[in-house]
Amino acid sequence: MPKDGGIGASSKRREDVRFLTGRGRYTDDINLHNQTYAYFLRSEVAHGKINGIDTSAAEGMDGVVQIFTAKDFEAVGGVPCGWQVTDLHGNPMKEPKHPVLAEGKVRHVGDPIAVVVAESLEEARDAAEAIEVDIDELPAVMDMPSAIAEGATKVHDDLDDNLCYEWGFVEENRAAVDEAIKNAHHVTTLELTNNRLVANPMEPRVAVGDFNPGTEDYTLYTTSQNPHVIRLLMGAFVLGIPEHKLRVVAPDVGGGFGCKIYHYAEEAFVTFASAQIRRPVKWTSSRSEAFVSDAHGRDHVTKVELALDENHKFTALRCDTYANMGAYLSTFAPSIPTWLHGTLLAGNYTTPLIYTNVKAVFTTTTPVDAYRGAGRPEATFQLERVVDKAARELGVDPAELRRINFIKPDQFPYDTPVAVTYDTGNYHATLEKGLEMAGVDTFEARAAESAKNGKLRGLGIAHFIEACGIAPSNLVGQLGARAGLYESATVRVNATGSISVMTGSHSHGQGHETAFPQVVAEMLGIDESMIEVVHGDTANTPMGMGTYGSRSIAVGGSAMVRATEKIINKAKKIAAHLLEAAEGDIELKDGAFTVAGTDKSVAWGDVTLAAYVPHNYPLEDIEPGLEETAFYDPSNFTYPSGAYICEVEVDAETGKVEVLGFTAADDFGNVINPMIVEGQVHGGVAQGIGQALLENCSYDDDGQLLSGSYMDYTMPRADDVPMFEVDHSCITPCTHNPLGVKGCGEAGAIGSPPAVVNAVIDALQRAGHTHVTHIDMPLTPSRVWAAMNGEKADGSDIGWAE
Amino acid sequence: MTSVTMTVNGKARSGDVEGRTLLSSFLRDELNLTGTHVGCDTSQCGACVIHVNGEAVKACSMLAAEADGAEVKTIEGMANPDGSLSVIQAAFQEHHGLQCGFCTPGMVMSAAALLKDNPRPSEAEIREYLEGNICRCTGYHNIVKAIMAASGQDVAPPMAAE
Repeated sequence: MPKDGGIGASSKRREDVRFLTGRGRYTDDINLHNQTYAYFLRSEVAHGKINGIDTSAAEGMDGVVQIFTAKDFEAVGGVPCGWQVTDLHGNPMKEPKHPVLAEGKVRHVGDPIAVVVAESLEEARDAAEAIEVDIDELPAVMDMPSAIAEGATKVHDDLDDNLCYEWGFVEENRAAVDEAIKNAHHVTTLELTNNRLVANPMEPRVAVGDFNPGTEDYTLYTTSQNPHVIRLLMGAFVLGIPEHKLRVVAPDVGGGFGCKIYHYAEEAFVTFASAQIRRPVKWTSSRSEAFVSDAHGRDHVTKVELALDENHKFTALRCDTYANMGAYLSTFAPSIPTWLHGTLLAGNYTTPLIYTNVKAVFTTTTPVDAYRGAGRPEATFQLERVVDKAARELGVDPAELRRINFIKPDQFPYDTPVAVTYDTGNYHATLEKGLEMAGVDTFEARAAESAKNGKLRGLGIAHFIEACGIAPSNLVGQLGARAGLYESATVRVNATGSISVMTGSHSHGQGHETAFPQVVAEMLGIDESMIEVVHGDTANTPMGMGTYGSRSIAVGGSAMVRATEKIINKAKKIAAHLLEAAEGDIELKDGAFTVAGTDKSVAWGDVTLAAYVPHNYPLEDIEPGLEETAFYDPSNFTYPSGAYICEVEVDAETGKVEVLGFTAADDFGNVINPMIVEGQVHGGVAQGIGQALLENCSYDDDGQLLSGSYMDYTMPRADDVPMFEVDHSCITPCTHNPLGVKGCGEAGAIGSPPAVVNAVIDALQRAGHTHVTHIDMPLTPSRVWAAMNGEKADGSDIGWAE
Repeated sequence: MTSVTMTVNGKARSGDVEGRTLLSSFLRDELNLTGTHVGCDTSQCGACVIHVNGEAVKACSMLAAEADGAEVKTIEGMANPDGSLSVIQAAFQEHHGLQCGFCTPGMVMSAAALLKDNPRPSEAEIREYLEGNICRCTGYHNIVKAIMAASGQDVAPPMAAE
């Protein structure tokens, strides 16, 4: 029987009611008394020297309150980076200043130059048009290998060159890996790009700064996945505001997918400006502005080599990657192509020797940072593509090649050669489940049917692993993180027995308001409706690191479990007193405390009331009240994994790819709310199909963004994706967190791109286009058509140095 | 400034607008009906879909002045008179057809317009009709299911643990 509450129930989402009736409260819905509006004047060129900014004509225009340029921010810090990577020589990465407003130079289209604050948005925009900016355009720096060549134009004049760092991992293995590849029975090589993407949550970013002249307190309302992180970064590093004078509120947030993790210049601007003009300042991004100012994702150019022995066992893997940082280092940017990428290159396999070399490069483009999956999709894509290519070269069934090399169920915990230990997994189980669900044994009949209609049918398999539940603080500290990555929860039991759970994680679509109470309800045996989750406001939640890296239930949920355990311990003491029994004899079941082996019991509500009205209470032993806080720091990452199988039809005449079926068989460990988990996979897979077939953030050689609106950047629409077949019944619970959960938020976007591309290559190969071994994403009709017709697929022309 | 009057969710509402004021801005900023969302600036995303004289319209693609005298319905006017969720709204909740909620008002308004013209749409017809509504969270799967369910067609319930 399906459960109707608690862990494992598909409880309906309580937050839906407000969203379905237009009563959500997103940041742009907040309007403060006496509010002003900020409009950012942004660079129209990719790279240029600012000779002067003449604001005189604009200053006298109707409604203008004040115009800001870099000179107003001389006493203010730059936008900080939260992760310092150490390069393969042991030196810190290059870390250029990221000013709030451009100082002397602009470094990407969209780099903010000046801001008009006015009585209305229209007046601010009108005045911005009257600002004269004198810029000498400089050469754009776009192509990564050229950007780090001798004599290249520098993005940051104060740095030696455009190489942020060169990272080698595991550097000590480099020679052994190269030797193994040199002597291998077979080597499969693949050059590919992981296309640059724009996260595109449907709600554009918004920030409202509100300085209170009476108390000298600041409040920032912002579209953030992690309000405490913004408070720490902006308060400590940019504006010098101590935490107790700065409140950050992230109310309902309309999707994030990574791009709302980071601290942005606009947040610092509105907070700073509101104090300068003693009035609230509001900034609402337009979608066009979002395309040039939200951090982008992916953008790797990679060469991967896989060595195999005569038994088709993988013996070594080498990956060489150029990773685009954009013009400045966004909050977590340096960690994405390194620690979130290199550590995943073992995948699901027993490859004994692995080396990855990453060159992170500054270019005159919008900064690049984490986007759903963040480093793990890049690792998975290259691995699952090169494995598929190897299978074709060796004439082995792609599923069988994976089986031969999978880590076996009895090998866990498994130490990979790339510094992580997988606690649990059963890749054989997920693969077989996926193959069965996808009806692989009847594929040939479907392919024959497609052929009758002039369509090329193909089947693609990918199997992924990701590292989630981010992350053990002491470990990430060693790796360069400038923050801890624990999570927090306060469980406040109210006098009448209802409960408020204050979490440091943040919900922007994930359904925490529904799923978190399911856990507490299960532990206490009370109804979920008695429990409410409070999140998104630094004023009423404990310091927490927010939501990303599929961490909320694994880390935030674990903190909540620990806090609830403390509640139970204290409540049992109170119950023992009320029942005149020994504390060790008290049992909590179905919302009542009983003395074991008797019919003596006291209800949950009587215990909670006693805690706040302590007339009959063990005051000599414990304090009144029933409120507990826990901080949970995970001891390891979690490792969700799964088999993703895609079936496509390619139109032989146009090259258009249609996804006919998509199967995801995941192992997420234990599942709290299956309905929500399914929804997370659906959304992730759609984003992965988008990356594989549709989406591309495209610049021209001058650094102009060609895909700067929904007219040009192809978002997946309803008729681009099929119904999905998803399953999460293969469960190997996580062994190191109390819920046994692994996290499900990013899986779909990680596992799906290689499954789609493998399916298209399969379709073309079956149709006799045997020269087509790879096409770079997105697999648009023109690229697929070109590949079928013997032209080289674009995107991977890179000169690889020996 | 021009004075405009329109019937919004059954009530007469008036305001002064500039010639360039979009209907979406008028609803949000003047009438405080913030359920109509603005997710793009090229009339692509559909988060601002409302009904004007019974037809689905992107409120960002119409001037407030053009709606003078019109009958306007927004997401705030979609619940049943007693405040309970309408059939379409309830189906979106039942089938988990929303996550972050930002595209949801436009999706519900588009779904209502579709079902008015086509009471039992096929999956393909729903997908084609939603061409002008972008959702980044759900992958559309559960939105399609919700609309089919709202039209009285059999769809599988959301998965529940055994």
